[in-house]
Amino acid sequence: MDASTSVETHQDPHAHAAEHEHHELGFWRKYIFSTDHKVIGIQYGITGLLFLLLGFSLMMLMRWQLAYPGQALPVIGKWLPHIFGAGTMPDGKMTPDFYNSLGAMHGTIMIFLGVVPLAFAAFGNFVVPLQIGAPDMTFPKVNMASYWALFVGGSIMLTSFFVPGGAAKSGWTSYVPLAAFSDAGPGHNPVFNGQTLWLIGFIFLITSSLLGAVNFITTIIQLRAKGLTWMRLPFFVWSQFVTAFLLLLAFPPLEAAIIMQLMDRVAHTSFFLPAGLVVNGAPVSISGGGSPLLWQHLFWFLGHPEVYVLILPAFGIVAEILANNSRKPLWGYKSLVFSVLVIGFLSFIVWAHHMWMTGMGTAVSAFFQTTTLLISIPSVIILSAFFISLWGGSIRFTVPMLFATAFLPMFGIGGLTGIPLAFNSADLYLHDTYYVIAHFHYIVAPGTIFGLFAGVYYWFPKATGRKMNDFWGKVHFWPTLICMNVIFLPMFLQGMAGMHRRWYDGGQGWNVSNEHTIWGLTGFQWNAPISWAAWIMGLAQIPFIINFFWSIKHGEKVNDNPWEATTLEWTAPSPPPHGNFVHTPVAYRGPYEYSLPGRERDYTMQNEPVEPAERTRRKPPAELVPA
Amino acid sequence: MEIPYTISTRPDTGLWNAKIGIWLFLASEVMLFGALFSAYIFLRIDAAPGTWPHGLLNVPVGTGNTAILIVSSVTVVLAWAALKMRRYRVYWWYMLATISCGVIFLTVKLAYEWPQKFEHFGAYIKPDALGKYEKYLGNERRAEKGMEPRIEITGHLHSQNAKEYEVALDPVNADPDNPVMDRPHFLPLPVTDKIATIEKEDVERATMFLPTHSAYFASYFTITGLHGLHVLGGVLVFIYMWLPVSKRLYQRNPEHLANRVEVSGLFWHFVDLIWIFVFPLFYLL
Repeated sequence: MDASTSVETHQDPHAHAAEHEHHELGFWRKYIFSTDHKVIGIQYGITGLLFLLLGFSLMMLMRWQLAYPGQALPVIGKWLPHIFGAGTMPDGKMTPDFYNSLGAMHGTIMIFLGVVPLAFAAFGNFVVPLQIGAPDMTFPKVNMASYWALFVGGSIMLTSFFVPGGAAKSGWTSYVPLAAFSDAGPGHNPVFNGQTLWLIGFIFLITSSLLGAVNFITTIIQLRAKGLTWMRLPFFVWSQFVTAFLLLLAFPPLEAAIIMQLMDRVAHTSFFLPAGLVVNGAPVSISGGGSPLLWQHLFWFLGHPEVYVLILPAFGIVAEILANNSRKPLWGYKSLVFSVLVIGFLSFIVWAHHMWMTGMGTAVSAFFQTTTLLISIPSVIILSAFFISLWGGSIRFTVPMLFATAFLPMFGIGGLTGIPLAFNSADLYLHDTYYVIAHFHYIVAPGTIFGLFAGVYYWFPKATGRKMNDFWGKVHFWPTLICMNVIFLPMFLQGMAGMHRRWYDGGQGWNVSNEHTIWGLTGFQWNAPISWAAWIMGLAQIPFIINFFWSIKHGEKVNDNPWEATTLEWTAPSPPPHGNFVHTPVAYRGPYEYSLPGRERDYTMQNEPVEPAERTRRKPPAELVPA
Repeated sequence: MEIPYTISTRPDTGLWNAKIGIWLFLASEVMLFGALFSAYIFLRIDAAPGTWPHGLLNVPVGTGNTAILIVSSVTVVLAWAALKMRRYRVYWWYMLATISCGVIFLTVKLAYEWPQKFEHFGAYIKPDALGKYEKYLGNERRAEKGMEPRIEITGHLHSQNAKEYEVALDPVNADPDNPVMDRPHFLPLPVTDKIATIEKEDVERATMFLPTHSAYFASYFTITGLHGLHVLGGVLVFIYMWLPVSKRLYQRNPEHLANRVEVSGLFWHFVDLIWIFVFPLFYLL
């Protein structure tokens, strides 16, 4: 396209000269307070992976309590109280408050400190500028500020475990009025308590995401290489573009809600508190006049787009890897792009399907039910296009491809089991059961996280110049896939049997989880195999961790394009230097030109000019042209 | 390494980077304040009769502050235009005017308007004790006229002991049956010297006019507070672009400084726009 021929004009000679002075950056500026998008991407990536591990560890602790309620946790149960405080696990037995803290923080950490920094910020930062042929992000300093805002927010969240009373314990959704009164009163600091720190930490996390989103969108609009038109963008760039818009527009309402809840807790306002509240048997002195539903609306106005923030980057990663490893152009590129745009739009008008239990009235319910079902259409288009992309391909089952192909059925299960929840009549029964947990974990755990693992294995050679070990990648993949399913499939059954998601005793004390058997085990008895699968899955991550760090120094050395891929990031050296490309890239063709007929190689990179012969070859054969 | 389009425009988009950046940022700000204003609407519609106060804010002062912000919006554009015409001296003065307007606005808000509220006292009377304070509330006449009942007595807290509050009444409670008191006043009426004694056991809840007083003051202080932080942010950025360091940037590349002023000017207009919503919602309606 000629439209994108662009030359910098009006360059001030002085500014030019100043920028061209090369001086070596010290360690701190190069690796810690760096403005290079690749270093920031890696910082985000490592932070995100560490938080994923932490969030998963919290869950592994909870799984003990669910499987063996009231029993002392062997071995580590003795020293956990020394870390989290004496009141959390006396004699290795978990207290209900501590269980609630773990649950609330598991959700918060996994979503906002694990998956978002990894899927959006890490991959977006590292890959997007390379894929669009840009030297860096448009606002490198803002980019650095965005990482450090996340760092501060994450540190505050971690600190909240160690304040008197422990971390937030009102669920990751922090529903009011519960959240307004928890972690308050005697023994709690008015500001440095779990729930208040959760709110303050969140403000930093939201700031981080907003800065990132502004930067990403501007970068994609402004810094595309010459010739890289919108319809030549790799699908991953499109998915990051839509994700950035979701973060940009959905997070601020939650920020508003967080500010109001902070006011409720610190300045004793009543944004979310109705008049006449009685807490612990005593009426509370508040003005009232607030509405708990207001919090839910504002929370889910973020909460639902957030689901797509979690899944869209994974779609993007999987799309790149599927095309690359099936050696075929991605099937239905345009419909994929339009689907992802439609998802982005619709995700803003489905939020109240999280609130069927609030009695919104039939008209409102009908609206949200309709939009919720509508959004499944573009999602199914995307998934179908991915499956069709595999058809007739000469598939290379590399480690990233294993994760990417596993993503497809896992996301499929997660998506399809969501449909009953979209109908409010069915949801009234399934609401807040393990069914819901199984549904959204199929989307984000074997769905998104598999996408992320695939991305780590896929772009690792670009970041380091070395490949991660193939064998240990497979040792990581197979147990993880099996355990994921052993963990989450039975939860559908537990949920349909009526097990509630917030039972501290795993359902031991409740009839519904004990009177029916599912394949010979009662709902409660299923907890033990699930928990064992979770712990085994924890062990299965060890090969990944070792492989990851070992390969940085000792992995097999590879060339700049080890996967024989087509997109622009593979034209840069591995690892790319500051400024990324040796020659400023120019794009001449679409992103997935695999197996082009008449070529020696089965891949044609985006920066390879179109030859005159190719133009004629591309015309359809004469017998197919209607007379 | 150099990032393209920081100063000149990209031909196919016709924009330089920061201009897109600031519009995106403003989009997110719209969502932030939009959510707060939605909350205001939600709370106001839901408010029980008599609990949403009217006419408690100082309208002339608010009007003055509105004018100051509008003037500053004009001066910031003139400052930008002066830079475009490469007249740094003129720019410097217009920028100083803009900064001064921002500082005056904040001073009025923080040193006058807010403290005035903090000194004011309000006591919500229990429903079964309302009759006892009829002479301060005038509810019989209001019921005849079909108006919402008054349930709060306001004024300056004179003194209090374990059993009662002594309040120097606001005119509305000093003379409740006067038809003049049925609607808010443009010019605020001073607190009278009529003292009322209110027994604490008749009081549902009594506070100063703090965020905790009511949903109205909660949203007033939250929204104006957040808006004030935005004004402060804008002022700090303007000061940075007004200090001698800006002269050096101007000499190196005047267009760069002009772009910076344009971007922060857009932000400043947005901050003014928010105030244009705040003023009628809290002062007039």
